[in-house]
Amino acid sequence: MRMKLKALAAAAALALSGGAHAQISGNVVKIGVMNDQSGTYADLAGPGSVEAAKMAVEDFRAKDKSLNVEVVFADHQNKADVGSQIARKWYDADGVDVIVDVPTSSVVLAVNQITREKGKALIVSTGATSDLTGKACSPNSVHWTYDTWQLANGTGSAIVKTGGDSWFFLTADYAFGHALERDTEAVVIKNGGKVLGKVRHPFPSSDFSSFLLQAQSSKAKVIGLANAGADTTNAIKQAAEFGIVKGGQSLAGLLVFITDVKSLGLDKAQGLVLSETFYWDLNDQTRAFAKRFSERMKGLHPSMGHAGVYAGVLHYLKAVAALKSDDGTKVVAKMKELPTDDPLFGKGSIRADGRKIHPSYLFEVKKPSESKGPWDFYKLRATVPAEQAFRPMEQGDCPLVKK
Amino acid sequence: MNEVTYQRTAFIAMMVFFIVAPAFIYPVFLMKALCFALFACAFNLLIGFGGLLSFGHAMFLGMAGYAAAYTAKAGVNLTIPFTGMGIFLPPFSTELAILAGVLASTVLGYLAGLLAIRRQGIYFAMVTLALAQMVFFFCVQAPFTGGEDGIQAVPRGRFLGMLDLNQMMNLYWVVLGIFTAGFLLIFRIINSPFGQVLKAIRENEARATSLGYRTDHYKLLAFVLSAGLAGLAGATKAIVFQLASLTDVHWSMSGEVVLMTLLGGLGTIFGPVLGAFIIIAMQNYLAELGAWVTIVQGVIFVVCVLAFRRGIVGELEAWLQRRRRG
Amino acid sequence: MSEIFGVPTQALFGQLLIGLINGSFYALLSLGLAVIFGLLNIINFTHGAQYMMGAFAAYFLAQKLGLGYWWSLILVPLIVGASGIVIERLMISRLYKLDHLYGLLLTFGIALIIQGAFRHQFGSSGLPYAIPKELEGGQNLGFMFLPNYRAWVIVASLAVCIGTWFVIERTKLGAYLRAATENPTLVQAFGVNVPRMITLTYGFGVALAALAGVMAAPIYQVNPLMGADLIIVVFAVVVIGGMGSILGSVLTGFALGVVEGLTKVFFPEASNTVIFVIMAIVLMIRPQGLFGQR
Repeated sequence: MRMKLKALAAAAALALSGGAHAQISGNVVKIGVMNDQSGTYADLAGPGSVEAAKMAVEDFRAKDKSLNVEVVFADHQNKADVGSQIARKWYDADGVDVIVDVPTSSVVLAVNQITREKGKALIVSTGATSDLTGKACSPNSVHWTYDTWQLANGTGSAIVKTGGDSWFFLTADYAFGHALERDTEAVVIKNGGKVLGKVRHPFPSSDFSSFLLQAQSSKAKVIGLANAGADTTNAIKQAAEFGIVKGGQSLAGLLVFITDVKSLGLDKAQGLVLSETFYWDLNDQTRAFAKRFSERMKGLHPSMGHAGVYAGVLHYLKAVAALKSDDGTKVVAKMKELPTDDPLFGKGSIRADGRKIHPSYLFEVKKPSESKGPWDFYKLRATVPAEQAFRPMEQGDCPLVKK
Repeated sequence: MNEVTYQRTAFIAMMVFFIVAPAFIYPVFLMKALCFALFACAFNLLIGFGGLLSFGHAMFLGMAGYAAAYTAKAGVNLTIPFTGMGIFLPPFSTELAILAGVLASTVLGYLAGLLAIRRQGIYFAMVTLALAQMVFFFCVQAPFTGGEDGIQAVPRGRFLGMLDLNQMMNLYWVVLGIFTAGFLLIFRIINSPFGQVLKAIRENEARATSLGYRTDHYKLLAFVLSAGLAGLAGATKAIVFQLASLTDVHWSMSGEVVLMTLLGGLGTIFGPVLGAFIIIAMQNYLAELGAWVTIVQGVIFVVCVLAFRRGIVGELEAWLQRRRRG
Repeated sequence: MSEIFGVPTQALFGQLLIGLINGSFYALLSLGLAVIFGLLNIINFTHGAQYMMGAFAAYFLAQKLGLGYWWSLILVPLIVGASGIVIERLMISRLYKLDHLYGLLLTFGIALIIQGAFRHQFGSSGLPYAIPKELEGGQNLGFMFLPNYRAWVIVASLAVCIGTWFVIERTKLGAYLRAATENPTLVQAFGVNVPRMITLTYGFGVALAALAGVMAAPIYQVNPLMGADLIIVVFAVVVIGGMGSILGSVLTGFALGVVEGLTKVFFPEASNTVIFVIMAIVLMIRPQGLFGQR
């Protein structure tokens, strides 16, 4: 009898101590959506990402009510100091467990560092720099949606292979622009092309006239726009003003979101070749999501950034529920362990370096006559399978990857 | 109560607050307030006691931040052209990095001061603004500043090799110590013979010149001191936040320090501290509302200039004066 | 392809033309600032925000009332100029007896309020404004393709600057204005309503800023921060030209635009700082500015 009691006591002690490790801090999983709410990147991320995160929470809780989840958001104004102060305050004082989205590579690199120091979690959707799974890789971060290497190899190589073999880069002068320029230049040279020149423009810029003039006088066949958001759309509009495309050069938008095409209009954007990893009109599941999203967002259709936030949050919550803990490092490890499955990106997985793998699509923007409705913008040109879409893990210099 | 008692009481009250506050206020917020309080006090030295409105003080805050961040992270890596020789130093320890920051801002202050002192009043303000803008664009381009990305992941290290600054409270005591040292230094400067001459120059420069003082030298020295102390604030801030960025050299930062000092009380000793605290608290509280922060700051400017020129502490001291006279 | 100093001619002339276009805006804006400073002795920090309001007003006239660019050129300076008059009457006029630095701080605060309010309402990425149909397209000049609209900007600002200079330096109204700057009490004693003249002058300076904003709308994006960094460059222009000298500001504006354009060709990294470097040099050699009086 005494043996049984002792065994029972021991078992109880073990169970209790096991329970003490698996804990949700503050009894609530707090998700912080950090992005640009009012500036250059507000449309492709902004309030749409907050809505996408909320939708993911709702869909998760429809099947699994074991977790209390809260979503907060903040505007980092595309500045690294604002972003890092928000991250610190969220982690130290506000009990936030995971930060998601974070466009603007200079900000995401700073937040990546702080997340690692504090052992929390970071799911990057709109942030682009491939360094996140390269030299800046961290056991606390997952890079969803896309990155500069994937863009360079998707769009860049497609353009070079169809004859665009001399390039001039117009680059946004910060971490993202540099990374995109670097990755695309490597692809151009690997495929036998030449880079005739580069010019860096301040981020953000509104007047590209003198840079475009330099691009024009370089006589390069392709002017590569290594920038995003309003910078890209302004450069495209002003290029039209200066007769650049009429003069025989073509513009390569290396990072173009569907929201940029919307703001340019099909008459200015037609023929643009671009790479995205999500399009609302791909299949029935993406269409269903887009319908729900646009009802909540007054007609705005989801960009790949929004889709990444939805899918990333969903997978994060599954990992937290499985682990019964919101300890950042452990949850990210679990996210890599569990295969991913969501209605937007289909089945996939997360590699050891934090890179989420899924197919990349090469789209061409339709002519106005080909479009049958609002937001019907893209024709699918090619699909790059998941294993080839992203930089091979061994080439990334990520210290987490064993050689 | 007489002047000395008032100052002593105010000082003790301020120190007690800062010692007790971390128990119930987020320490990183307090450290930010302390750095900006020192920045505002340094700025006030120039305008409140020297009568010179500098609209470009951000250049000292920011440059010192960059110098401290860079030396703390990467040491020094300078090759002197044409000689094939260079200075190569490993990453600095924290206190040396901060000193490097102060050195940078002091040198910049001397060079800027030489140019700016040639004009007075509005022209002086315009010149400092333009010089600061030059420094801003230099920082955008220069490779060592990291441009838009800034210098990130600055190590906090150990203070004097002993205190591990990654522990929040250790860092707090060090920052409080630096602030107190800077504050007391400014107090000594104001109440020294040098400070008296400065005030005389502010009141009536022509009379001071006629009395035989070389006013340009005094003004330049005040400018350099103000720049150095602003640099101390900037270097400390870079270590606390482990980041040096373009925000700290942008002209809006110059505008903010003017606002803090104006609100607190130009020419008072404690005014800038209070003003800095209020503005940082307001920014924190209204952060979610985005552009409202700018609007509120503008409103405070307008109200202070039109109706509240002495600032909070200024009005308080005036009221105490009236009471004293009965 | 011919070259000058190792730079292709096409690139050189192209950047020079762009420099002239930028210079047009510098000239227009520094003209407004110089007019205001000359008479009121106030540095109008709100100038950049009023430039921005001009662009937004043009945008709204087009969106809400369907009034195009040409209407805006006339209406917008009137509307924004009127808002300037309100600011002057309510706030700036209270500071005339104080140190001029307070005027600087006040207009700085007003600029913050206006820019913050617009940012709050419209975010900080730009709103589109179309180039007027009559000015679309461009001329192929051989060495570059010059958009018609940008050529118009140069011509129009030259006209406005010359017109303003003429009024101030060569007409009776201008004479009263210049006299009031020298000795307001005496001029008032002669029966001229000096406070009203001051108010109208401020309104005129603001109207000039708004006009620049309308002209800028089709080229630069209409966004709340469009005047914020520009205004500091314009301050440097005014300091170089000589605070208070109308001719000085206009000539310096155009000249510095061209210098900036040249720098972009030969030494692009310095293109942002060259104007400030010139200011530093001018201050050392001739502190009152190139055309200023001591």
